[in-house]
Amino acid sequence: MNALYENYFRKNLPHIWCSGCGNGIVMSAFARAMEQLGYDKNKTTAVSGIGCSSRITGYLDLNTLHTAHGRALPFATGVKMSEPEMNVFIFMGDGDCAAIGGNHFIHACRRNMDMTAIVINNHIYGMTGGQFSPLTPFGKKATTAPYGSVDPAFDLCELAKGAGANFVARGNVYHAKQLTDLIVAGARHKGFSLIEVMATCPVSYGRHNKMPKPIELMNHIKENTVSLARAAKMTPEELEGKVVNGILHQVDGKEYCQEYQNLLDRIQGGGK
Amino acid sequence: MLAKKQGHVTVVEKLCKACGICIALCPAQVFVAAPDGRARVADQEKCTACRICEMHCPDFCVEVEEIDNE
Amino acid sequence: MSKVRLVQGNEACALGAIAAGATFYAGYPITPSTEVAEQIAVLFPKIGGKFIQMEDEIASIGAIIGASAAGHKSFTATSGPGFSLMQELIGYAAITEIPTVVIDVMRPGPSTGLPTLSSQGDIQQARWGTHGDHSIIALSPSSVMEAYYETIQAFNLAEKYRTPVVLLMDEEIGHLKERFEVNDEEKPEIINRKAPEPGKEYIPYENTEDMIPPFAVFGSGYRYHITGLTHGEKGFYSSALPVVDAMIRRLWHKIEDRVDDICRFEQVDTADAEILLIAYGSTARSAEEAAEVLRAEGIKAGVLRPITIWPFHDQYIAEICQGRKAIIVPEMNMGQYVREVQRVVQDVPVHSLTRVDGEMITPTEITAMVKEVL
Repeated sequence: MNALYENYFRKNLPHIWCSGCGNGIVMSAFARAMEQLGYDKNKTTAVSGIGCSSRITGYLDLNTLHTAHGRALPFATGVKMSEPEMNVFIFMGDGDCAAIGGNHFIHACRRNMDMTAIVINNHIYGMTGGQFSPLTPFGKKATTAPYGSVDPAFDLCELAKGAGANFVARGNVYHAKQLTDLIVAGARHKGFSLIEVMATCPVSYGRHNKMPKPIELMNHIKENTVSLARAAKMTPEELEGKVVNGILHQVDGKEYCQEYQNLLDRIQGGGK
Repeated sequence: MLAKKQGHVTVVEKLCKACGICIALCPAQVFVAAPDGRARVADQEKCTACRICEMHCPDFCVEVEEIDNE
Repeated sequence: MSKVRLVQGNEACALGAIAAGATFYAGYPITPSTEVAEQIAVLFPKIGGKFIQMEDEIASIGAIIGASAAGHKSFTATSGPGFSLMQELIGYAAITEIPTVVIDVMRPGPSTGLPTLSSQGDIQQARWGTHGDHSIIALSPSSVMEAYYETIQAFNLAEKYRTPVVLLMDEEIGHLKERFEVNDEEKPEIINRKAPEPGKEYIPYENTEDMIPPFAVFGSGYRYHITGLTHGEKGFYSSALPVVDAMIRRLWHKIEDRVDDICRFEQVDTADAEILLIAYGSTARSAEEAAEVLRAEGIKAGVLRPITIWPFHDQYIAEICQGRKAIIVPEMNMGQYVREVQRVVQDVPVHSLTRVDGEMITPTEITAMVKEVL
């Protein structure tokens, strides 16, 4: 195993994920991002919820907290608020983050606490065998949408932006190098950062949607993705069904822990 | 003129889950599929150390080492 | 120096938490517990503590577990509906053995129920509200002073036993204002979680002799994994039958085998009592009054007041009930604690006195029942 993985992964591989699963590609991109960020592993915590993607914390050689379905963000909020010096990453899946954890997600965006959330969006509940999630595209099939989903999907990045996240980016597992860059940029941005990662689930999503081979899903992502620069030159009709990649939103707003520290300084200094 | 980059690829067989991603994405066709579907290095010489395989392997089993050609 | 003042039960909890060394609070407003949050919001900034109002009760308990993993004594306060929402993560705190304190100011349920009145209806929910086998500690104060001291105890027990601890306080005590006096020089015993031994390999969920593994806080240099899945001693998921069995049994026995250390009771006039009233929380005050009235009338009555509700001390209850003429358990619910008493007491009749309209059980109701059963 190469030195990068030796440094950031625990010695408990192979992982549990199926052949061709995008989670491993995200984990690999994360290791490269950690290398670039140079964070002290002892001062870095990774928090996850429940689902395939959430098992990532079990393999990372960091302080790792594998929590309950949808609840990674509240736990992470407790870690970060109580220990603002800690670097905090949150790994979530699409169902985990956008369905059961949706309320926590919008409020974490609103608070703008300096943490980096990586949402691995494979458009499906993988661990329970392929049910549609709020991020499953309209019309796609799942075990609970055998005739195609009639549920409209969230645009998670727009949701995050609307809720107040200060850094919103979208990447994917095909553009793996860019994914590392996005994680690095998100982590360096002071405030709540979302990186939505379009990912592959050949077994529970691809199989139901005529893309059972990992490479078919990879190519599907490649063909459907347009960069921010290219998207700017496209008409709404041309953009229909396309996924825009890159840093979609970045502003410098008030960061929660800093604001709380300011409050502590004020009150302890005798203010009101 | 810069020397063309060259790499040395290894596949850690026990970690490979035969997804075929490296085989399909390698721009230089370094890999072939073994009968069990796992990736096998067929043409080491063609590797340009671009690391696309390494970055896309979901199982961390493809490693690329850049060869110093000085 | 000590200063006497009027303090409310909920406020006493906030003061007790600070005395215990709490530095993190996350909560969501809910009647009749909100004053705990309001007090902490005022007091924590003065001492550098962290207060955060979360989006709901699930988030609140998630945040306090996270903060506790990072080494901070953390707590939340809620009431019935919020306590119901917290149950899943109370189970998480139990299986991951992360010290947490939950103050549940009880109001009548089910559902939204009767938010502004009193109840003791969460006794069994505190014990079994989360799914699966686990043990838990729950305490119930009967006065404002006790709300203060039992909150300190709740933290001590959470730290010592690495478990969630529930302070079950009926609304009556939560909103009661009475004399509060704490001597500034008085330093209550404070217990902190056991840290790993330096130089020794750290096994996060080691089956140590005392069944309570040391706790390495996040950031202290021990990088390890915490999961709500069944796990082996190293903290990683395991479905191996002996591993799962050992883990669940240790969670159970680390508390259930320590009832002598954990359980505390107060006895009033029990020595010669033919009628034993077993009551907790505000109901115990009515029971004590009733016993006094009965004594004056020549009926030998006494009161046993469990301060510790869970774990249930089978042997202690069985022994103290022996030889009495009758046991009466008054409580503001349909008989949640009396079930336990009936489970361990066979030879003495055990009667249940219930009230579920949001009002306290009066001494008259108790004396009337005593006369009825005699």
